[in-house]
Amino acid sequence: MLVLQAIIDGVLVGGFYALMAGGLTLVFGVMDIVNFAQGILVVLGAYLSYALYAHLNIDPFLGLLITIPVMFVIGIAVYWSMIKPIKRDRVIMSLLTMFAVGTVVEGILDYIFTSNLVAIHTSYRDSSVQVGSLVFPNIYLYAFAMSVVLLGGVYYLLYRTRFGRSLRASMQNPTAARLVGINTDWVSAFTLGIGVGLAAAGGMVFGLTNSFDAASSYDLISRLLAIVIFGGFGSLSGALIASIVMLVIQDVVAVVWSATWGQTTFYLVLVLVLLLRPQGLLGRKAVRAQ
Amino acid sequence: MKFHGKPGPRPRTRTAALWTAGVAAVALVIAGCSSSSSSGSSSGSGSSTAPITVGISVSLSGDFSGDGLATKQGYETWAAYQNAHGGILGRQVKLTFLSDGSSPTQVITNYQKLITVNHVDFVMGPYSTLLTKPASAIANRYNYVMIEGIGGGPSVFSQGLHNVFDVSASASFQLITFAKWLVATQQPETIAYAAMTDPFLQPMLDGARSYLTAHGFKSVVYKLYPLETTDFTPIASAIAASKAPVVVLGTMPPDGYAFVQDLIQDKFSPKVLVEASGPDQGSAFIKAVGASNTGGIMVPNTWYPGSTYYQNTAMVQLYLKKFGGTADNISADVAEAFSSGQVLAQAISHLKSTSNSALESYLHSGVTFQSVQGPVKFLADGENGAATPFVFQWQNGTLQDVLPTGVGTTKPVVAVKPAWGAKG
Repeated sequence: MLVLQAIIDGVLVGGFYALMAGGLTLVFGVMDIVNFAQGILVVLGAYLSYALYAHLNIDPFLGLLITIPVMFVIGIAVYWSMIKPIKRDRVIMSLLTMFAVGTVVEGILDYIFTSNLVAIHTSYRDSSVQVGSLVFPNIYLYAFAMSVVLLGGVYYLLYRTRFGRSLRASMQNPTAARLVGINTDWVSAFTLGIGVGLAAAGGMVFGLTNSFDAASSYDLISRLLAIVIFGGFGSLSGALIASIVMLVIQDVVAVVWSATWGQTTFYLVLVLVLLLRPQGLLGRKAVRAQ
Repeated sequence: MKFHGKPGPRPRTRTAALWTAGVAAVALVIAGCSSSSSSGSSSGSGSSTAPITVGISVSLSGDFSGDGLATKQGYETWAAYQNAHGGILGRQVKLTFLSDGSSPTQVITNYQKLITVNHVDFVMGPYSTLLTKPASAIANRYNYVMIEGIGGGPSVFSQGLHNVFDVSASASFQLITFAKWLVATQQPETIAYAAMTDPFLQPMLDGARSYLTAHGFKSVVYKLYPLETTDFTPIASAIAASKAPVVVLGTMPPDGYAFVQDLIQDKFSPKVLVEASGPDQGSAFIKAVGASNTGGIMVPNTWYPGSTYYQNTAMVQLYLKKFGGTADNISADVAEAFSSGQVLAQAISHLKSTSNSALESYLHSGVTFQSVQGPVKFLADGENGAATPFVFQWQNGTLQDVLPTGVGTTKPVVAVKPAWGAKG
């Protein structure tokens, strides 16, 4: 029963990790940028939700109506002000640029909120639904449902809209996309906006389930990168599957053996998968074939 | 909660490391050449009226700079107190500080210099286990005793040295007051343990576990987790499934908060819950877990300003006079450094000698000293076997000192933790 509980926990927690990793993989798929700032942007999302809740008493889920647009605009602003002006060695330079963005954001957050840990403590955060001996924490149920809705929305945007076609065209061949009249700059800007917007949602759940400070971003980014590599850079569904697999492996190993070996086991699985499929579970080749 | 086993400085670049190693090597050679006449036990500064000199390496820059400064202030407060009360054997105490930049390499050079160039009578410990370990080895090479209060990680005592003496509660003794209370007041129960794989937290948990197991308490869950863990639900689920009435957690604040939240979600409220760190964070803990969920949760601590242990009130007053601030903001590092000085002073006063070899023998003789952190009695490996760390407990929204009884303003322990949401 404990193993079943661990699997349930892993699936539920994996859902919101997919939300955080989704933005990272989407940005890479379109822009060939490994967004090293994604971890701190998740934490920024957590702080925004925290500030709205602590000072204006706005429920964190409701607050997403504010934080997602704000973060979306931040993403677009970062693209136009810092990524687009890069003319040479764009992949490497943009990687460094995003690292710099992350460092600046971390410094600002440290200055405003100090290094004291904070947490978003809502009334429903501690409640749970019990079915037999199985426990379903409400916050993880809500977060999982929200992840499904948001990732489903992004999926719809990618595969059922004109913008999605433009975006996928940009992913497959940016030069050809430009030749057929697609404004790849706007596609890239919107993609970064969406990626950062997803970080706002993921950050809100992170803040509800963890106490955090700006330095929390370092643990996050390493995990998010592992998820994205496992799922395949650029694949949204790959990120979802990888998040759930990672969390289920870690949680099951933690209860049947030791949490110390949970992450090690996941990384062993990751190495094995990469040996067999260097592009990850649903890496670029698979995505572009969709 | 002050952790002695702090992580080391960030890795340096290869070039910087090579430079540092080169400089250290040259310094070692020079120090070695100049030390031939000073090897062996120091026998004092010659004149019976000359100050007694004590050398200490402190971390005034680098990762430990904050704690390093507090450590220095603690030693300075002790010296000021001692000198205001006639010094030791009628001689004033003179401290010599060298800054080590939080570097295990520099701390070796510093103690070499203090012993072989400055020819100090005694040395006392630097900040952290990381620095105390190499520092104590150097002191041992020159037959110097090293009394220290801020290097309590197991790696210090596993070196097999006979010259290192920790006046504070080492890692394995941090939960001993709690464990003794449990044995004295409760029937043997099942206990669930979990801790971060940290050089200080894990020995802390293991120390309590071995004591409690020896007294009939059965361990039903024992889980370790790495530092980077962010999802504690599986461990909390295992603890909840065990239904252990006593839960002992070796936590840092973020995981301390997370465990409370996860146990609430699992609808499991143990009878006794103690966390190594997290509940000691005051309002941050309340905000993280909710005020109504704090009741009954316990946390150990090595020192607090309101303690009535030996000379504590005088130390607090003198510190505030010298450095300002408020009593609540005095770091435990200050007390730990002050304690080191207290033990040194008591031992020298008894011996009426500044011989390090005599001092080492006396410290190993089983005599009990008094300090602002409580009694000090050294075990064979140099740990303080009489350490009596405090235990605090959340009661009605306030963190109260509850153990050991009779020290400070202790309140009775709430033996059964109120249910989640019941405040209490």
